[in-house]
This record gives sequence, structure tokens and C-alpha cells, in this order.
Amino acid sequence: MLKIDNLVVSYGGIEALKGVSLQVPEGKIVTLIGANGAGKSTLLRSIIGLVKAGSGSVTYDDVELLGLNSQKIVEKGITLVPEGRRVFPNLTVAENLQIGAYMRNDKQGIAEDMKKVYDLFPRLEERSWQMAGTLSGGEQQMLAVGRALMSRPKLMMMDEPSLGLAPLVIKDIFSIIERINKQGVTILLIEQNANMALKVADLAYVLETGRITMTGTGKELLENPDVKAAYLGTSKKK
Amino acid sequence: MKKQNYLFTAIAVTVLFFAACYAQYGLDAYLRRVANLCMIYAIIGLSLQIVNGFCGQFSLGQAGFMAIGAYTVGIFTVPVELRANVFYAVPMNPLIADIQMPVWLALIVGGLLAAFVAFLIGFPVLRLHGDYLAIATLGFSEIIRIVITNAQSFTNGALGIKDIPPLNDARYIFVVCALTYIFVTALINSSYGRAFKAIREDEIAAEAMGIDLFRHKCMAFMFSAFFAGVGGGLYGALLGTVDPKNFLFTLTYNFVLIIVLGGMGSITGSMLGAILVTGGLEFLRVFDEPLEFFGMAIPFFRPGFRMVIFSVLLMVCVLFWRKGIMGTEEFTWDKFKKFVKNPVGYWKGEAHHG
Repeated sequence: MLKIDNLVVSYGGIEALKGVSLQVPEGKIVTLIGANGAGKSTLLRSIIGLVKAGSGSVTYDDVELLGLNSQKIVEKGITLVPEGRRVFPNLTVAENLQIGAYMRNDKQGIAEDMKKVYDLFPRLEERSWQMAGTLSGGEQQMLAVGRALMSRPKLMMMDEPSLGLAPLVIKDIFSIIERINKQGVTILLIEQNANMALKVADLAYVLETGRITMTGTGKELLENPDVKAAYLGTSKKK
Repeated sequence: MKKQNYLFTAIAVTVLFFAACYAQYGLDAYLRRVANLCMIYAIIGLSLQIVNGFCGQFSLGQAGFMAIGAYTVGIFTVPVELRANVFYAVPMNPLIADIQMPVWLALIVGGLLAAFVAFLIGFPVLRLHGDYLAIATLGFSEIIRIVITNAQSFTNGALGIKDIPPLNDARYIFVVCALTYIFVTALINSSYGRAFKAIREDEIAAEAMGIDLFRHKCMAFMFSAFFAGVGGGLYGALLGTVDPKNFLFTLTYNFVLIIVLGGMGSITGSMLGAILVTGGLEFLRVFDEPLEFFGMAIPFFRPGFRMVIFSVLLMVCVLFWRKGIMGTEEFTWDKFKKFVKNPVGYWKGEAHHG
């Protein structure tokens, strides 16, 4: 579905991505793990057009995305749940969701999707008139996911959905990610919480200082000694 | 519910229109002037609200756009036979010397011209953020004024234009003000309005939602300039003369004050702010005049004391209402009904539910 080939992105002379190649097959959950500064967020941002890539290619259903602006890319069915949630704090929950559907014109479809999001997150429906900034961190993450779903994405990219959330809430979020995936949305997930992320992943990549260093199914990487040492802690206990 | 609210709005507009008719015939010239000024300031306050309050782009260019509108009205509504008299130093450029327009047309042309200039300015300026944007728009506002001062064959330069047929008609200004209000409300409640607010809240997230930042900022800037132009045109027509000195950048601060006091991001707030600032400045004039109390002259009552009182009142306002009087809330009939039914409960925290 999404194919990235030898992608190079640099910020003012410093290369953040030094030729990354990876694939996201349709209907799967793909996870990308890596330490701070590995280039994970840069990768997502360049896919959606927020950062301009230097060279390489990003194709989505065989269409080149590099050089398109974000509007065109969102139109094609790709959406980003940005790092740190980034909900619109002084707008109501309902308004946040409506902005998620900005690119769409079908009023009825938008109303239906709003209902779907509320079914997925009943908490948001209870708070639909509340300002998004007054929600708790977990609720804001739900809202960020709901907002992304409002554009009816085929591919949803998530940048560290577990950031700053309590373990129980993280568990909820991941179970919701799996539910969304079962409804037919392909997911590209970026995480530092490698344990959780690898458990849900069909396919996983490890990104280190701008290069892909390992790849495999989520299970394979979970059991890989190098990954264990670097990202999961070296505890022998199983 | 919804229909009832429309009915209420229609009734309120009608009542206000009759109030404007009354102002036209029943009030003395001074009060009428204050009322007219309130409405004109409300129009320009709303225009600044679009770009500052809703789109979150801190622009200080309003005085320049007002000048464009005011000069358009000035140049094109002065009767042709009086023009030689007005342009006595340098004759009017033959290109425009014979064009005369009715006021309404000149207002629209002025607005469009201001919007066009905003479009040109927008390309370099709207890439900036925050303070830098404020400084750049302020600079452009001064450039507009200085161009006007020097284009003497078009604008009569520093001499200004007099003999503009005065438009001292509260009904006319009321209708323009109401139309502006309705348009801005519709704009803000449309998907464009939501996109503006999204940009104000978080540009990166807005862009990730597929909102074209530059296009929307430019649009907000142009709408803002359009209404500032219309408001400026009315201002010129109300005064009967225009002069480049009227449109110094300090004029813009009146409108910044109006929207900050009323609440950044509130349409009804900026209407309220316009009335409070314009009315307040006028009716505090009592403090400018010496006052005797049982034969004793009370100190401090002298010209200038008004501004001291006004500033203190402003400070008190801002201390008690951090986000302006209305914040980002709007006056709605639903809230009004809730308030009428249960005033105590309303203040105790019902205020924040739609």
C-alpha cells in the first residue's frame, strides 16, 4: 500500500533520514520503533508532506507522494495522529471532530462517522461540548484518534500514542488501535513503548539514527536478543 | 428551538433598526454621532476579529485598510463640480476626475480595493508569525498612509479631501453594521471559520488535517481588509473629510482594544467592546471638565483626567475578565433563556455548556 524507497530527509544540512526503505502492506499494523532522534517522527512528517524530503520516493498505491502538499495527501486517505496529540484546545470536542472531516463535503457521511467515533469512544460523546483542552491526557489521545478517523482514512499514521499516558490508558489505546485496524484501516505506528507496539504489530521495523537496522514480524523482534537489549530491557525473566 | 431563535434575532434586529430610526430623528447631533461611531467601530472591530480573534494572526494593519476605504469614498463621492475647489494645489488626475459614484458603490469599491491590497501584502507577510507579523502589518499600514500622502493628484496629499457629502444617517450605518455582523457570523460558523480556528489553535495539527494554511490566512486577511475598508469608508463619510493624519497606526490600537476588551474570538464580544470603548471614551468627558461641589473645586477634574479614569477601568476589566468580557463565548438566545429562567444557577457554572 505504502512503499518508501531510499528516503533521505535533512534539516539544514543534518541528515535525519539517511535512506530509509520500508513497506506498509494493506490491512496490517506496521510498527516502527527506535530511540529518541532516530528519525521516526521525521519519517511520518515527510510522508504527510509537513517536511520536504531531499531524495528517494514515497509511493502510495503506486502514486508518488513526494512533492504533493498535505491537502492532496490527506485527500488520498492518509492521516496523521500527531505526536503529543495536538488537539485544538479552545474548541469543543465536536468542533475538533468536524475539523478532522475538513476535506470532506458529504454532510450525511460526516454525521455517520461522528456517530461511529462516539461509539468507539463513548467518553467523547459525553464531553462533546467540552473544550478539548479540559480533557485528560487519555481523553485527548482518544480525541486525536477520533479526529483522524473523521477523514475516513485508509492509512492512519500514529506518532507515539502512548506518550505521557498511564499504563492502563495505554492498554485501552492499543486495544482501540487493534479495533480500528480490524475495521479495515491500515496502521503505521511509531512507538518508544516497544513492548506494547511490537505485540500488536504484524510487521515491525527498527530505526536507528536514520537507518532501518532490523525488520521482522512483531513476534520475531520481541524475541530478538538485540531488540531486547536495546528496547525492552535485558531482564531474563519471561 | 432553532426557529424560535431566528425569530428572536429577527425581532431584535427590527427593534434595533427602529432604535436607529429614533437615533436619526429623536437624538441630538452629538449623541447621534456617538451612536454612529459605535457602529462603525463595531464593523472595524469585527474585521480585526476575523484575522486576530479567529485566525490567530496578530495583524495591526487596520488603519491602512481603513485609509484605503476612506479615500475611495472621499475621491469618488465628492461632486465633480466641487473637485476643482478641493484639489486646488494639484489638479485631480484626469483618469479619475470625472468618475463619481454613489456612496454604497464607493464603499464596496473601497472594500474590494483594500482586500486586493491585503492580497498583495499577504504573500510576503503571512509567512511570518506572532510579533513579526504584527510589526510587518504595522509597517505596511504606514506605507499605505505614506503612499496616500504622496499621491497628490489622486488623494490631494497632506491637504486631505473635504466636501465629502456627509453621511450622517444612523439607519444607513446600522444596515451596513448588521450586514457585516451577519456575514462574519456566517463565515465563522462555516467550515472556513472552523479552519480559521484550527489554525489559531495549532498550525501543525491544522495542516495535518489537510487545511491549506496560507490560503486560509490569506482569505481571513482579505475579508478583514474588506470590512476595514468599508468601515473606513463610512468613517470618512461620517466625518465629511479625510486626511492622512486620521489614519496613523495609533488608530489601529482602538480596535485592538475593542477586541481585547470584548474577547478575542467573540463576535458579540467585539460589538460590546465597540460600544464600551467608543461610548466610554465619550461619556467620561465629564471628568475633563472642572467640577464644583458645594462651592469647592474638586481637584483632578481637568482635561486629560478622562483618560486616567478610562485606563483604570480598562485595567479593572482585564483583571477580572482575563480573556475579555466575553472570552471566546458568544451571546446566544439559548444562554439568554437559561439565564432568564435561572439567573443564579446560570452564574454558578452553567455558563460553559452550549
